[in-house]
Amino acid sequence: MKMTLEVNGTRHEIDVDPARSLLGVLREELGLTGTKYGCGESECGACTVLLGGRAVHSCVTPVASAAGTPVTTIEGLPKDGVLHPVQQAFLNEGAFQCAYCTPGMIMRAVALLAETPAPSEQQVKDGLEGNVCRCGTHPRVIAAVQRAATLSANGGHG
Amino acid sequence: MSAPDSTMRPTEPERYELREVTLRLDGNGTTRREFIKTLGGGLVVVLVTKSAFAWGRPGAGDAAVSETEEPPEEIGAWLHIGEDGAVTVYTGKVEFGQGIRTSLAQELAEELHVPLSSVTLVMGDTDLTPFDMGTFGSRSTPQMGTQLRKVGAAARELLLGLAAERWQVNRATLIAKDGQIVGAKGKSLSYGALTDGRPLTEVVREDVALTPADEWVVAGTSEPRVNERALVTGTHRYPSDMVLPDMLYGKVLRPTSIGATLGQVDTSATEALPGVTVHHDGDFVGVAAPNTFAAEQALETIQAIWKRAPGPEPSSDDIYEYLRKTPRPQTSGFHEGGFIERPHVVGDVAAALASADHRVTRTYNVAYIAHVPLEPRAALAQWTDEHDGPKLTVWTGTQRPFAVQEQLATAFGMPKERVRVIVPDTGAGYGGKHTGECAVEAARLAKAAGKPVTVRWTREEEFRWAYFRPAGVIDVDAGISRDGKITAWAFDNYNSGSAAIRPMYAIPNQRIEFHPSESPLRQGSYRGLAATANHFAREMHVDELAHTIGMDPVAFRLKNLDDDRLAAVFKSAAEKFGWGDKVPDGHGVGIGGGFEKGGYVATAVEVAVDRARGGVKLVRAVTAFDCGAIVNPDGLRHQIEGALIQGIGGALFEAIDFAHAVITNAHLAEYRVPRFSDVPPIEVVLVNRKDQPSFGAGETPIMGLAPAVGAAIFDAVGVRVATLPMARGGIDLSKAQTPVGNG
Repeated sequence: MKMTLEVNGTRHEIDVDPARSLLGVLREELGLTGTKYGCGESECGACTVLLGGRAVHSCVTPVASAAGTPVTTIEGLPKDGVLHPVQQAFLNEGAFQCAYCTPGMIMRAVALLAETPAPSEQQVKDGLEGNVCRCGTHPRVIAAVQRAATLSANGGHG
Repeated sequence: MSAPDSTMRPTEPERYELREVTLRLDGNGTTRREFIKTLGGGLVVVLVTKSAFAWGRPGAGDAAVSETEEPPEEIGAWLHIGEDGAVTVYTGKVEFGQGIRTSLAQELAEELHVPLSSVTLVMGDTDLTPFDMGTFGSRSTPQMGTQLRKVGAAARELLLGLAAERWQVNRATLIAKDGQIVGAKGKSLSYGALTDGRPLTEVVREDVALTPADEWVVAGTSEPRVNERALVTGTHRYPSDMVLPDMLYGKVLRPTSIGATLGQVDTSATEALPGVTVHHDGDFVGVAAPNTFAAEQALETIQAIWKRAPGPEPSSDDIYEYLRKTPRPQTSGFHEGGFIERPHVVGDVAAALASADHRVTRTYNVAYIAHVPLEPRAALAQWTDEHDGPKLTVWTGTQRPFAVQEQLATAFGMPKERVRVIVPDTGAGYGGKHTGECAVEAARLAKAAGKPVTVRWTREEEFRWAYFRPAGVIDVDAGISRDGKITAWAFDNYNSGSAAIRPMYAIPNQRIEFHPSESPLRQGSYRGLAATANHFAREMHVDELAHTIGMDPVAFRLKNLDDDRLAAVFKSAAEKFGWGDKVPDGHGVGIGGGFEKGGYVATAVEVAVDRARGGVKLVRAVTAFDCGAIVNPDGLRHQIEGALIQGIGGALFEAIDFAHAVITNAHLAEYRVPRFSDVPPIEVVLVNRKDQPSFGAGETPIMGLAPAVGAAIFDAVGVRVATLPMARGGIDLSKAQTPVGNG
């Protein structure tokens, strides 16, 4: 099926099976491998992207349902080579080990901060509960999201 | 920088010009010698080291080598310093999130006296890097780190010598600094310029002095990850992100039960699908298609009948009984959990137990658990026709690239130098990615399709077809005197493994034995191996012994320890925790710790128990850790925090369910891993022993948590939960005793 997918501000005319996952199309057709497969069952958050500004699990999102709505992936966050405040905060806090969960964590955090610009620690934990990190970087991720809130408030983009 | 005096060159040609490097190159000799030549100008330094299987142990030096026999020599590491000053280090270790791409570079930069930014590590590539057993056992820091320091120091000394000869000065007047040799009156020359673009190769041995930790400048600091930007922008390519032109996506047909063999199969419908390759060979049936979705759909068109494996099919409900009653005939050699040893016997345990003032006997159980690395197994295989025959290249996330190279060579009946395994920095392993099954699958399909094929396991495949931490049963029978000395210690471990099986307490009468069992599930390494199980049983038991005579568990440990470093971490953890302070009703505190692989750990925790449902929640945790001189403090904290958080799952709720040779909870919705709501505030106390060699930290910090939590549960509600996980579905409060509280 032919459709238009708008990803990170670029429109892609694609012809794919509409039942394919958004994750599969991003990774395998558009070469955007920053978004990760972790479980394929909406349980780990590694595949989180923004669909119309909302965080979704792209592994269970049929690509057809994403057609016509802007998609943002981890690759689309930096602006003119400058990291998004959430990315910068993850760097500042060293909030990753293997970092395989990091793109999904960052995308979820971006959505969280859009709704709750100055979240409490509990709000961060609640917001990220669906994102699994197996290396155990949770305390640093919480610190990074709170730092990002401060960075954003101080004029960072995003 | 002043130009070198042209009248003073060249230096001794016979000493520094490229010469044949005759070394044991583990089957890749030709490739590697050619490779070294291709590096062109600059200096290659190869470190030859005595084969050292340096498992961390107290007092072990840089190379823990048997003194009774001469070990073989092998290549420890090599590096190349280019004309432009770029330093490339080649190591067979792999980066799985533990941070060694950074910490090993720091160690090298420290000795070579170059900026960290000039160092690049080439890791885990069987064509380019020296042979390495694998990245496991917390050996990267004590062994590879030491080797890189040695090759760095040796290279620095060579460069000093080169400069001294060129300038015809006493080398003692020269210093190596920031990638330059600096002489009197500010005369200086960069390392790269010193080679004059000539290809120089030097072989050095390990008798080189290293910089003491208290003089470190680059090592010992909290350098951020050298590739951190790629990690937060999604540009780093993990094994499951690797692509090649014309690449296909592979899927493999899985049996309906563990050990089943293929009876009948019909792939005719599948073969009719456009763009789909089907490969059937023995029990292997797989497909390759233009994308994952198409491959999954193709797989569903295969009609197959599987024959169940004969034999007993124990379930997770009766596994402990089964393991105890089903010994594995093997009596020595390597077992997934560690080396099988003869019983360790000291004194007379039977007599000491009989005459003890108090005797405590208990059985502990440990469930199978899964590693659940967030990146499931993945491999990309490519066959190419070289002038001298076919070559197979596989990119895959394995902790043992050279073992996977052999596995591939065996699978395809080809010499291993025709197989190249490359390990991109991988999405974690925790001991769960020692094997190359996915690599073999990708290579089979790539051969059949005549195109590169990637196989990326699903989460469900990872749960069903990878391997688990062994389940086990541990019987402990101990005696103590009324004044609090442990007098007798009998410890029988069925199947968990032998790692850290011996007590760290000074006990005059001991009998310790590991009994391997037939495991119905595939089992293997896990972070800490059996040290977690053995410490759980031992430290739970020690807590119970202390309570039996009404003694404080920390004081009891200190009374029975004769290891100062271990005593120190117990004291540090207790002090930071506020051991002895009151906690709210329904809360309890506990402590546990031990020694393994060169690291000393003690963890104190506070838990809250929900008396209505038996739910257990960690309120806070404090860990003190000593692994000698610290190479990267922030990286070390990462490893400790990570081990603690991962340990929460195994302590409280992770367990594999199985029945009739089928894993019945092969999904994250059914197999609970720690999430944000499970993670308490964590405090880490780093004990930096600059006078001691550096050891690894990837495993040992996980060991203290489970017994500390168990002790805290007892402190809170008076229940001894002797099975890991302890609180899956809540603990049974009907068995509560009156705790002798210390909280």
